[in-house]
Amino acid sequence: MQLLLEQLTNGLTIGSFYALVAMGYSMVYGVMKLINFAHGDFFTLGSYLGYAILVFGSGWVTRTFGIWGGIVVAIVGAMVGLGIGGLITERVAYRPVYKAGRLPLVVSALGASIFISNGIMAIWSPRFQAYPQTSIPTGSLLLFGDVHITYIKLVTIGICWGLMALIYYIVEKTLFGSAVRATALDRDTATLMGINFRTIILFVFSVGPALGALAGVFAGLNYSRIIFTMGWGYGLKAFTATIMGGIGNIPGAMIGGILLGILEALFEGFVSGQWKNVFVFVILIIILIVRPTGLIGEKVAEKV
Amino acid sequence: MVVAYGAVEALKGVSLEIPSGDVVAVLGANGAGKTTLLKVISGLMSIKSGSVRLMGEDLSKFPPHKLAGLGMAHIPEGRKVFATLSVEENLNLGAWGVRKQLNARQIQETKEWIFTLFPILKTRRKQLAGTLSGGEQQMLAIGRGLICKPKILLLDEPSLGLAPILVQEIFKVIRKIHEEEKVSILLVEQNARKALSIANHGYILETGKIVINGPAAELKENEHVKAAYLGGAKLQTG
Repeated sequence: MQLLLEQLTNGLTIGSFYALVAMGYSMVYGVMKLINFAHGDFFTLGSYLGYAILVFGSGWVTRTFGIWGGIVVAIVGAMVGLGIGGLITERVAYRPVYKAGRLPLVVSALGASIFISNGIMAIWSPRFQAYPQTSIPTGSLLLFGDVHITYIKLVTIGICWGLMALIYYIVEKTLFGSAVRATALDRDTATLMGINFRTIILFVFSVGPALGALAGVFAGLNYSRIIFTMGWGYGLKAFTATIMGGIGNIPGAMIGGILLGILEALFEGFVSGQWKNVFVFVILIIILIVRPTGLIGEKVAEKV
Repeated sequence: MVVAYGAVEALKGVSLEIPSGDVVAVLGANGAGKTTLLKVISGLMSIKSGSVRLMGEDLSKFPPHKLAGLGMAHIPEGRKVFATLSVEENLNLGAWGVRKQLNARQIQETKEWIFTLFPILKTRRKQLAGTLSGGEQQMLAIGRGLICKPKILLLDEPSLGLAPILVQEIFKVIRKIHEEEKVSILLVEQNARKALSIANHGYILETGKIVINGPAAELKENEHVKAAYLGGAKLQTG
């Protein structure tokens, strides 16, 4: 029972990371029909930015704003940084090749991915870095019996889910969100409605990476150790989550991510930690066979 | 009101004019360049030479997404409703281009007016647009175009793929929009008989060129038009 609850909270935590990264994949894919391979590296860069803020002046931020205040500064700093970083990437790596077609765009995305991860390595060295212990809140909340949940996990889940809910609300319930979805469905007709394609691109290329950065900072706070290649693994899992949920839709990415995290954690806890990646991709294959459009795929077929 | 003079590959030296408040029909077979013409006017395709003017203003200096705000609504061929958005979301997006010019109350009023034109849209407003029938989708596409209170409406094949009874209904509404709201309409149609019945003026487009143009009443009597577009050709004997 205790193991089950522990693995569930672990799964919810890592699932939130997958979901946040998956939302970024899904948004960019929906509007641009581009698999943004650099997205996993946005996650890493966000994690490193948060790390840089927390280690700056040997913990100046934490000393000045307190342990929770320091985390807020690190999160906001990383998210704003990556929001801008996403826009720069779009401007430098993607916009010049839009007209060349989808394949050059994919190659450019791979290039951006390698550039960012190697840039991180050049700046912060290829070794593991660790989030400073003094910046990570300790302590835990007693749920019942002897089942605890650490405060940092509680906050991670709370903030990640809160932000997911906010993005879900914006994309699914507001007029601006319907403009985003309309652009994803049919760019020309959206233009006829007066929707500026550039505005939508700016939205997906700033919000998507910012969500990745949020996940990156929390990954650092929860697991402490970060390395420049970690975006690859998270990116691949998040991409799997995107496909599981049905690519191009926000609720699908959220559900896919969280489900993937929980399944992975349960498998790790009860069966085998070594085989968990095999398990995850077997699940993906099964879902693709049974429901090729994902768990929440296209809601209706388009009539002509 | 609008003069288009194009030199895209599909259009060669087309020049046409829509007097304010008129209905102008452009007729032609498949591939004559009718849809291209509308896409050029609404800025989705650019032209190599020539100009499109709305009330004297050259539209080429505006990016295409600004045209909706200038009073132009283009209802594309094949309806192109946003299938996974609700009927209401589709309508609201139609007003996106004018959201800074009209306030929420004005948009709401226009929406109510559209619901009186097409009551079925009101009953189905929470439904996803993709679940509507073809005729309902056409109504939604027209409503989505009208909600921005356009001065000029570009209508591409509104009768495409619809049952005759629905075609009747759609044309009744087009006539109503024209008569009551004084919206100028550029109507592109294969259904020449229907189009000429509501148009003031007609142009015949053949392989990218305008071959005949004149008042609708005259075109209906024109031998070439009759033979090729109105299906009234007499059997040639001997």
